[in-house]
Amino acid sequence: MSDATTSQVPVKQDGTLAHIGYVLRSNPVTLLAFAMFAILLLAAVLGPVLAPYDPMESNAAIALQPPSPAHWFGTDNLGRDVFSRVIVATRLDLAISVAAVALSFLIGSILGSIAGYWGGWLDTVLNRLFDTIMAFPLFVLAMGIVAALGNTVENIVYATAVINIPFYARLVRAEVNIRRDAGFAQAAKLAGNSDVRVLALHIFPNALPPMMVQVSLNLGWAILNAAGLSFIGLGVRPPTAEWGIMVAEGANFIVSGEWWLAFFPGFALMFAVFTFNLLGDGLRDMVDPRQRS
Amino acid sequence: MSLLSIEVLKVSFSTRRGSVEAVRGISLNLEKGEVLGIVGESGSGKSVTSYALMRLLERNGRISGGKLTYGGIDLREARESTMRDLRGREISMIFQNPRAALNPIRKVGHQIEDVLRRHAKATRSSARAEAIKALEAVRIRDAQSRYNAYPFELSGGMCQRIVIAIALACDPKLLIADEPTTGLDITTQKAVMDLIAELIAERDMSAMVITHDLGLAAQYCNRLVVMKDGEVVEEGNPEALFSRPQHPYTRKLVDATPRPGASVRQLLPLDLRPPEPRLPKVEAPLLEVRGLTKTYQGKSGPVHAVKGISFDVGRGESVGLVGESGCGKSTTSSMLVRLLDPTSGEILFNGRDLAKSPAKGFARDPDRARIQMVFQDATDSFNPRHTARQSIAEPLARLTAIPKRERAKRIDELAELVGLPQPLLDRFPHQLSGGQKARVGIARAIAVDPQFLILDEPTAALDVSIQAIVLNLLVDLRTKLGISYLFVSHDLHVVRLLCDRVIVMRDGEIVEEGTAAEVMESPSHPYTRELLAAAPKPPVTVTAERSAAE
Repeated sequence: MSDATTSQVPVKQDGTLAHIGYVLRSNPVTLLAFAMFAILLLAAVLGPVLAPYDPMESNAAIALQPPSPAHWFGTDNLGRDVFSRVIVATRLDLAISVAAVALSFLIGSILGSIAGYWGGWLDTVLNRLFDTIMAFPLFVLAMGIVAALGNTVENIVYATAVINIPFYARLVRAEVNIRRDAGFAQAAKLAGNSDVRVLALHIFPNALPPMMVQVSLNLGWAILNAAGLSFIGLGVRPPTAEWGIMVAEGANFIVSGEWWLAFFPGFALMFAVFTFNLLGDGLRDMVDPRQRS
Repeated sequence: MSLLSIEVLKVSFSTRRGSVEAVRGISLNLEKGEVLGIVGESGSGKSVTSYALMRLLERNGRISGGKLTYGGIDLREARESTMRDLRGREISMIFQNPRAALNPIRKVGHQIEDVLRRHAKATRSSARAEAIKALEAVRIRDAQSRYNAYPFELSGGMCQRIVIAIALACDPKLLIADEPTTGLDITTQKAVMDLIAELIAERDMSAMVITHDLGLAAQYCNRLVVMKDGEVVEEGNPEALFSRPQHPYTRKLVDATPRPGASVRQLLPLDLRPPEPRLPKVEAPLLEVRGLTKTYQGKSGPVHAVKGISFDVGRGESVGLVGESGCGKSTTSSMLVRLLDPTSGEILFNGRDLAKSPAKGFARDPDRARIQMVFQDATDSFNPRHTARQSIAEPLARLTAIPKRERAKRIDELAELVGLPQPLLDRFPHQLSGGQKARVGIARAIAVDPQFLILDEPTAALDVSIQAIVLNLLVDLRTKLGISYLFVSHDLHVVRLLCDRVIVMRDGEIVEEGTAAEVMESPSHPYTRELLAAAPKPPVTVTAERSAAE
């Protein structure tokens, strides 16, 4: 018995690395995004080693100097090196956003999966809960949460996570819902899987590709959100190096012509947000097995 | 001069692994008033040919050589604006999936008006009347009110009539029908094909019917072209092709087409036929269904999907459950496989009433491994993130005590049993062909040694030659393993090949039950007779006997 199997040209099976290589090669924008992401990661991991000066060391003698070969991004009102501070701040800003996104991804996935798979009154209750969160202006809600819980970095993470949960939950709910009665879910039940296993091991992983896009967009928002909270004086407190605070402090000096204080941390923020926005499509292609053939 | 001539047409697609030639230099002529059938299996390039001549290829596709001439116009060189004028007015197309071809949020009447207005066949004031005329032309009753219907309110057959109405609204000279009846019930298929044939004759059009069904093409076409791998392998009139196929591929297709009188072995090419199977002896009933009912709560009152049916399946027996869409056969199989709870009734399996064990917790029932199912849509029934090996391993891991180390060996055995080459086990579903996916599905279902297997149209999406192989595989497995089958299908001619007994269902009730031979040869219920009459009839059925005599 020979059918198509013999007449077909064999399809070469790609490994994960080869597949990632293909995704990067086929889309230059993805390659650029990953290069930018690598720069961010490098700054976050090696921050203090890379920084030419101690970010906390003030020196009144060289306060408010414009960018120069010695101080690439200039110095601030206390004479601290802005370049060093921008680099060192990367770790804190990335940590806050990654932790917040991981938390909302986890909680959102669980709640969304439950709502999408079992439906009924659970679905209704959870959806109204998400609607309630979405009904607030999200930044104001985050402000309220941080103000109520206390002014700490952990609370910024919790606040950022809470306001992002509905986005994940709704996306997962829709993705799970359309696959609830799919043939492979039924087949998994016939293979002796309980409902929870079918949901967690068969249906949920198939919702990952669109989730990756959401994650990367969300990382950008989360950074902006954390910086925004610091900007208005919530969360991280001076003299800690953090982009939001640096922009807030530098803003006072823009009118007097010392633009570099606010510009460079602001640029770092923009760079990070832009990187994460570009990253999404590439990440999705990498986790989707259907892209491999 | 012929209406349409295709000379050495080549179409190539650029893909991740370089350029792939889908059509490799085919030449065809279509005369005025002629109905040409293009027959081939998936991947033969038959649909690509039609898209190329409408210049509707996907973005990565390209006509890489040859000449396309329609009524003196060079279709390959024509400007896009010329093509837009030709499409719909001169050359029209009927698509494979009528629901996908219609805009879901626009009234069907408006969709017909669109094409009429585009080609200036109607004005704003006359469009409505013209559209209703077009609906009446495709024999839609009560066209006035159907004008305001949305596609989702209509049945599949009705949607295809609308698509035909749109295609014919501007009186084209050439109609291309790409698998016009795939996915439709057999009686609807006959009605739609009869309508197309009638309209072609009435309007003196030429037509190209693209299909994988040799029997259907032979019944409705004047001339057939058989395609394989982007090339034309044989051309001729239907009678000649059926009685004296010249090319081995044509002969394989003719052999594989289910026809009265041929056994399941006779579907295979002569040199590959194993001896007739020795079927297991049917013993006392394994499964007894008593008064099985399923009622859904619909918006406008209860919907009775299954109305109290009773039947038996013996140990080692193969029973066919036949009916058209909506007859309740899928609901019945879902209840038997315990994915759905019946409203009332008993499912006695080895004497134990499974209906008492709710579907929700049946995954942990001791009888879970004994009742398995092969799903209809092979693509949909595999987790896209799991390789074939992982899919087959799933029931072994959950339902058997086989330790992990021995599981790999068992999977290799199963692959061998269903004839799946080893290297394919590590592929993802989207990297497998339809026939290979069917094998993986069967391997997964028999992995846990079930006693009772429900086959839900396992060959519906397969090419005929692959269908022939899969049906034979199922027969072999039954003789080897002694599994009882419930074969659910809409096609009596396929069911007959595999089943000892046949049950015909309609509107949730059993209308006829008997041995396969009885039901096929002397059907007692008018509905069974209708089903049998609707199947396409190949012109001659001597091939099997001829090749047997050779």
